[in-house]
Amino acid sequence: MKRMRSKWKKSAMVALAVAGLVGSGVGQALAAEQYMGLPSYRVGAYAAGGSGIFGGWIDYMQMINERDGGVNGVKLVWEECETEYNNARGVECYERFKAKGNTFFSPLSTGITYSVLDRVAQDKIPLVTIGYGRSDAADGRVFPWVFPLVTHYWSQASAMINFIGKEKLGSMDQLKGKKIVLLYHDSAYGKEPHEVLKRLSQKWGFELELIPVAHPGNEQQSQWLQIRQIRPDFVILWGWGVMNPTALSTAKRTGFPIDKIIGVWWAGAEEDVIPAGNASAGYIAAGFNAVGDQHPVIQDIKKYVYAKGKGNLDPKRVGSVYYNRGVVHGIIYVEAVRLAQAHFNKKGQPVTGEEIRWALEHLNFTPERLKQLGAEGFLPVMQTSCMDHEGAGVVKFQQWDGSKWKMISDWIVPDRVLVRQLVEESAAKYAQEKGITPRDCSKEG
Amino acid sequence: MIYREAGQFKASYEADMQIFPIRQDRIAIAAIVLFAFVGVPLFASEYWFQAIITPALIFSLAALGLNILTGYAGQLSLGAAGFMAVGAFATYNFMLRIDGMPFLVAMVLGGVCAALVGIVFGLPSLRIKGFYLAVATLAAQFFILWVLVKFPWFSNYSASGVITAQEIVILGWTVDEPVEKYLLTLAVVTVLALAAKNLARTHTGRAWMAVRDMDVAAEVIGIPLMKTKLQAFAISSFYCGVAGALYAFTYLGTVEPEAFNLDLSFKILFMIIIGGVGTVLGSFLGAAFITLLPIFLNQLFHALFGDSLPPAFASNVELMIFGGLIIFFLIVEPHGLARLWQIGKEKLRLWPFPH
Repeated sequence: MKRMRSKWKKSAMVALAVAGLVGSGVGQALAAEQYMGLPSYRVGAYAAGGSGIFGGWIDYMQMINERDGGVNGVKLVWEECETEYNNARGVECYERFKAKGNTFFSPLSTGITYSVLDRVAQDKIPLVTIGYGRSDAADGRVFPWVFPLVTHYWSQASAMINFIGKEKLGSMDQLKGKKIVLLYHDSAYGKEPHEVLKRLSQKWGFELELIPVAHPGNEQQSQWLQIRQIRPDFVILWGWGVMNPTALSTAKRTGFPIDKIIGVWWAGAEEDVIPAGNASAGYIAAGFNAVGDQHPVIQDIKKYVYAKGKGNLDPKRVGSVYYNRGVVHGIIYVEAVRLAQAHFNKKGQPVTGEEIRWALEHLNFTPERLKQLGAEGFLPVMQTSCMDHEGAGVVKFQQWDGSKWKMISDWIVPDRVLVRQLVEESAAKYAQEKGITPRDCSKEG
Repeated sequence: MIYREAGQFKASYEADMQIFPIRQDRIAIAAIVLFAFVGVPLFASEYWFQAIITPALIFSLAALGLNILTGYAGQLSLGAAGFMAVGAFATYNFMLRIDGMPFLVAMVLGGVCAALVGIVFGLPSLRIKGFYLAVATLAAQFFILWVLVKFPWFSNYSASGVITAQEIVILGWTVDEPVEKYLLTLAVVTVLALAAKNLARTHTGRAWMAVRDMDVAAEVIGIPLMKTKLQAFAISSFYCGVAGALYAFTYLGTVEPEAFNLDLSFKILFMIIIGGVGTVLGSFLGAAFITLLPIFLNQLFHALFGDSLPPAFASNVELMIFGGLIIFFLIVEPHGLARLWQIGKEKLRLWPFPH
């Protein structure tokens, strides 16, 4: 009898799986639950980043559920869907979540972002790309549903030049006549900073050399020999995955000073430097979140989540670069839910994608607010608006001392005027190609 | 018994030369096509259109393209995704740069561009064979993507190198709903699949197969090798190019060159190996297997175990099961899923009275 029942149960579950495939919305959110789909990637070449960021994000939501009982009593619920960093799989996850009433989509992949870009406005699901492209979506008039929050690639490239000028050389005028090499991953991602850097090199009078590295970048001898011939003052490393440690070890072999290499934030995690061993000591990378576990928010996660054995990851990863970046995602998501509940008079009720979109456009992380959240200095002070879907644009720099990352700068501000001009030019072109009439922000509430 | 053609007499040459000479086949194909055009739009949800059927159809078309080259003409190729990229970017540029360009014409021209590129990269096939040719086509894969990233003209000077598909309007019919995009994709795939099925039975198709089976012998019986091989490259690339255009226009909308990377080429190659080399049906079965099975496994795991398994563990197990199934099917039937169906057909013919 028992055996029969379990058999029945199993077939019922299989039927359920099939029903799930039909997308009939089995997991429709209940009254006091805020549902969200997480298109994570925990297998494949980029699993280090994917598991760290999505793990940190989930831990933060778990902490909010444990500590505060959710957002004003609304429990946060989520569901993962494995994308393998593959566009088609990502689209499938997006559609699967949509059928269940998704309210927030953040794929952590430029490819998947582009793949769903055309769909989000129609489906009324905000597409949130924290720290990656497309950069021109910062113009909220043309991209009402896309949010490259905190800081995008163009701001970062400009902040890097400001860091080199102000912090490394003493003043921006010192940039004149200097040589800077951009060593980049030869893909759409690696091409992101070209235009900004070209304009900045004209403005400040430094020489810019662009050197591509073919994917995946595990052989860079010829590039670094070329760099040795050019003898640049700085190398900006716009790398991804295995390209980063390879660049550092090859630089060391060819005798280029490691502390003159400045990496993009996808080249600035523990996973990027540890494989290069001793070669990476002194390497500097950008970041838009603090590292380490000293912040109250991370302490709370340890106390309410890991101490109870509910953690998503190996406790050793708590406080690492990717992990903390995931916590930044969590903070922004939860804050948007909270803000939407308050504004639409829905305290204690779930909010919709449209309401979250409004909230994302009205985020205001003041220093006081960040302190309340236990995240002072953990992420930058930022405020978004209908015009500006980025919010902050500032970047911190960190240095690898051989065993851990140390923050070596305050928040560095990019050349806002120049970056904004570029954003608006590119967004206007997109609007023209797609026949979009930009919103009039003065009429938005 | 079910599949017996006894009593179906062919009284004319036309009847003898039909694409599907057996009545049951004709009825089945007509029923499937009718169901796909009428039944599916009635029942399927948006999720099915946008995430499952449309991409599966597009990959089937790409697999069909590669099958023409690798399966029928015997030229191993690793450049299918590259030719898809040519089709997608060429269609985009035709739409962008020529005012009032109809989508279908742009799509065909995109396919023609892919065919021309295919001919260029097919030239080495006149001297090299087998794995060596695979390496030459690998060069096509990398070279095409490199060109698309290197010269910003192809993406209309987009900062990140991506293209955004224009709106599709066919004779006043705006194709923007998922179901309309599905119907358009289905129509294109149906026409091209029928054409491929037919092509394989013509002089051209027989020449391909002769070259595949033994090129020296084919030359001896008077088949021009150069023409036949380049023709296979051109037609195969045309199919891939059209698939690429559909991928950009009816499936994703916005694509980056990186979407057409080597991984996709490998995937298409696996589709035809799993599905059945040298069969039209195999392209469809293989594409369905490779694109849908991982999704099904993921759904199944979610439904069976919910959150009780660590997500990283679940993801890895899904991948292992998928890999295991590939090996299983290749051991059970090295000639692919299409061959399994053929065996099934032969069994049905005798059933229920085996010898």
